[in-house]
Amino acid sequence: MIENRKFIVIGVFCLVGLVYLSRLFYLQILDDSYSLESSSNSIKRVIEIPYRGQIYDRNGKFMVYNTPVYDLYVTPQKVQIPDTAAFCHLLSLERTEFDSIMAVAKAHSYRKPSLFLRQLSKEDFARIQDALVDYRGFEHVTSSMRTYPAHTMANALGYVSEVSRKQLDEQETPYYRQGDYIGRSGLEEQYESILRGQRGIKFVMQNVHGVVKGSWKNGAFDSLAIAGKNLHTGIDVEIQQYADTLMQNKVGSVVAIEPSTGQVLCMVSAPTYDPNALSSRFFSKSYSKLAKNPYKPLINRPVMASYRPGSTFKLIQALVALQDGAVSPGSIFSHAGSPMKCHCNRSGRLNLSGAVQYSCNPYFYHVFRRLLYNNAERNTFKASAMGLHHWHDMVSKFGIGSRLGIDLPSELKGSLPDADLYDKLYGEKHWKFSTVYSLSIGEGELLISPLKMANVAAIIANRGWFYTPHIVSGIGEPGKGIDSKYLEKHEVGIDPQHFEVVAEGMQGAVEHGTTTMAAVIPGITICGKTGTSQNKKGKDHSIFVAFAPRENPKIAIAVFVENAGWGGIAAASVASLVIEKYIKRRVDNHALDKKVKESNYLPAITPPKKPAPKKFVEPPKDSTAKPLIVKTVPARPVAPAQPETQSLASRPVTTNGN
Amino acid sequence: MLYIACVLMGWLNVYAAVYSPETQTNLFDMSTEAGKQLMWIGTTVLLIIAILVINYRFWDTFAFVIYGITILLLLLVLVAGSNVNGSRSWFKLGAFSIQPAEFSKLGTALALARYIDYPNVNLTKLKDQLSCAGIIALPALLIIASNETGSMLVFASFIIMLYREGLPGFYPLIAIVIVALFILTLIVPKLILFGSILALGLLVFFLTPRYQRSVQNVMVIGITAVSMIAIVAGVDFFVNSVLQKHQQNRIKVLVNPAADPLGVGWNVTQAKIAIGSGRLQGKGFLEGTQTKLDFVPAQSTDFIFCTIGEEHGFIGSAVVLSMFVFLLCRIVILAEKQRTRFARVYGYSVAGILFFHLMINIGMTIGLMPVIGIPLPFFSYGGSSLWSFSILLFIFLKLDSRRVGMFTR
Repeated sequence: MIENRKFIVIGVFCLVGLVYLSRLFYLQILDDSYSLESSSNSIKRVIEIPYRGQIYDRNGKFMVYNTPVYDLYVTPQKVQIPDTAAFCHLLSLERTEFDSIMAVAKAHSYRKPSLFLRQLSKEDFARIQDALVDYRGFEHVTSSMRTYPAHTMANALGYVSEVSRKQLDEQETPYYRQGDYIGRSGLEEQYESILRGQRGIKFVMQNVHGVVKGSWKNGAFDSLAIAGKNLHTGIDVEIQQYADTLMQNKVGSVVAIEPSTGQVLCMVSAPTYDPNALSSRFFSKSYSKLAKNPYKPLINRPVMASYRPGSTFKLIQALVALQDGAVSPGSIFSHAGSPMKCHCNRSGRLNLSGAVQYSCNPYFYHVFRRLLYNNAERNTFKASAMGLHHWHDMVSKFGIGSRLGIDLPSELKGSLPDADLYDKLYGEKHWKFSTVYSLSIGEGELLISPLKMANVAAIIANRGWFYTPHIVSGIGEPGKGIDSKYLEKHEVGIDPQHFEVVAEGMQGAVEHGTTTMAAVIPGITICGKTGTSQNKKGKDHSIFVAFAPRENPKIAIAVFVENAGWGGIAAASVASLVIEKYIKRRVDNHALDKKVKESNYLPAITPPKKPAPKKFVEPPKDSTAKPLIVKTVPARPVAPAQPETQSLASRPVTTNGN
Repeated sequence: MLYIACVLMGWLNVYAAVYSPETQTNLFDMSTEAGKQLMWIGTTVLLIIAILVINYRFWDTFAFVIYGITILLLLLVLVAGSNVNGSRSWFKLGAFSIQPAEFSKLGTALALARYIDYPNVNLTKLKDQLSCAGIIALPALLIIASNETGSMLVFASFIIMLYREGLPGFYPLIAIVIVALFILTLIVPKLILFGSILALGLLVFFLTPRYQRSVQNVMVIGITAVSMIAIVAGVDFFVNSVLQKHQQNRIKVLVNPAADPLGVGWNVTQAKIAIGSGRLQGKGFLEGTQTKLDFVPAQSTDFIFCTIGEEHGFIGSAVVLSMFVFLLCRIVILAEKQRTRFARVYGYSVAGILFFHLMINIGMTIGLMPVIGIPLPFFSYGGSSLWSFSILLFIFLKLDSRRVGMFTR
């Protein structure tokens, strides 16, 4: 009886064995949830951030590069500091700061490294590096920071910042993660995918405390980080910086294009700011300051501001009318019959070139009239519609009314009215030339950005064609890899001989016409055209478009100075100096240079309760400190316009052409 | 021999458990646990040779002396031991430590065998039952005093041997009932439990044929029911008041492991993940990620089975498990063949101890038992356990060899 108990004992042994075996079978074979948990448990993806591509100007000078910075990490468990006071002194920390940082680090984790100090510069780090050997538990991680050695072109370059929640949610293929950096405007945004490079992924095994214990499967599944490609731009940093100094204390734009290539030589948006302000650890502080600035320095005006082109549009009107056969170079129109007044006092004595030179408003009234009625239709309403349709087709070839396609985000379309627009506004056959005649001198429903005006100058310089303006001239290496659309020649459909007529007028305008000699540079034949953009809210905007030299042009430029008042003189002065600087590489006209730098066209800021905000213009080395904001503009005569006040005083101010 | 296989596999697994990719250590490096384990194996071989050389009568004769020595060691460790993980149960000898509790199992097994070997001992008699209980309880209490509850529980395994030797069947039955009630108390709400016990009692009463409803039988039913209720009530008190915090948690985790997977349930959850991730074939020797990267705590000692499960998969763990069951059955069968009662009792004790370790250790890694810190025989890293299990087993083999006629002198 008792002997049989051995079977019971053996039975119990086997039973337990079987129960365990089935449990093992369940855990290891049937239930795969444990297997999944295991890999997420111990194998971690570590992302390696590649170096972001750098940006060069046309002469190979750095515009943007990465500065190595050092983030200091502390692992509380390993910390050994023999002399805390000395340590604090080394890092120039207060004892209380040290304590609070350590407390945060300890709260985060004892065993894992926590951020101790962020973005130490190379100099700071070199100073403390040797001494750090004495202190256990600290390690550094190299990271990089965008640096802008030229301190210029902030708007076109854009900036880099942490990816936003919205961008994270909206990305089509998940690439960015919380905390990643992304290009946020300008070239940084436009070329984000090229600049950012290819992120590397490393699989590492980590132990229970999250401490890395080596690579997984010897790195068989790792992918290396590929550094972002460098961008080579057509920007000439010296010109850009010089134009910056000219545009200080002004609101407006300077855009210069190399006509033969379509490369942008400089692109100033005034007022501007130092791009380095948005790259440091003080990003958010700097950003909110900029965002609150009433002059809106964050807007890239060359592509994001639209103006009525004013008289500068007469260049296009002349070309289109010549091509259409509505007028001939020798056509003469008197002031009679035009509702618009004129300052030229040369009624009936001007041919087309002369009309461009003196910017005769009635002349172009007649030109546009001829243009719209230059068809077989007898009904003036129908003829106007047909004529305007045709006109729209021809003008839109200049890139007006649509995006040019420059390599910058948020370019505005502007506006070029067509017959449909007026049909909507007034009803079909309820409008005719007399309704829309203000278009003839660049007012009315036209809206054009400075970039487009510069492109118009480039078209005239090239006598009829253009490359789409672009900033980046090479990806990876100079001259390589840019979008093929920037290598495609666009013809505007105007015969080359017509350009000579207009160029003649433009040269005349600079040498003895509307610019009143403000833009004359000895030794360079500049062809230019002034313009006034009517501004209902305040003083008119001053515009100047030009190219130079007349034969074999090197530069086409458009300058917009907001609130500089009637006439293109303010803008013309800036443009001529930039042209001189670009072609001669120096400026001889020191008097004009000084005058332009000292002139101040900033509009008064009316409401703010707090004192006028500080501007972010990089102070030029040669100018003395001056009040940044003028309280009321009329209280103070506008400097460059002063010599002209007498001659202009007799002229009726209500008219627009000049 | 199964024993050698176990020890070698254990050694390799200890190596795997402490192996880390960043320090490519040699299997024989004495500074690692695998290296130390090799040293323990070496010394164990010497011990085995010594045991096989010593006359079998030695164990018979000096059973009580050895028992006395282990008791003395247990007492001594309370005074002179060093504190490891809150339990004062280790002697530190340089880099190595020895745990006398491991050896006390040997002493107790010998003493019990010697006692039961007396011709007039009859385990159905209360007096002898109490004597045996005393022999078991003395070291057990000392071990509790040194705060090593896990090792103490091993002494419960002697009940298997006592059962074989004639202990009335209702003792193990009561033990099982208590354990069952214990678990039920933790799972089922108390009122339902009380109700069902009463219902069960009444059911038994009415199902009993009328002629058997003697006062005595009714009394038995009544007392059983009342004591069951008492146990249920007691369990609550026991768990919440007597047990230490970590022990309470271990029991609660067993009942509901998902309750706090990162806190108290960490051990068990991680152990299950490690074993579960091994799948059928395992990740391969030294390829385990969970065990090597410290996710599983104590992976070279108490949770060594995780390494087997993870790196060798279901096949590996099944082989190990069957090997143990085979070893146990083999010991029982050999024990039955013994001519002396001493040898048989001792054999059963060995089987019981090994079985208990196996059941608790593997059970806890696969989430069937509460976490009790006792090693897996021959596998876990640790000199004391390897020595004591080897000595346990080889004394039995020596005793057996006399029967076969080998190794005699």
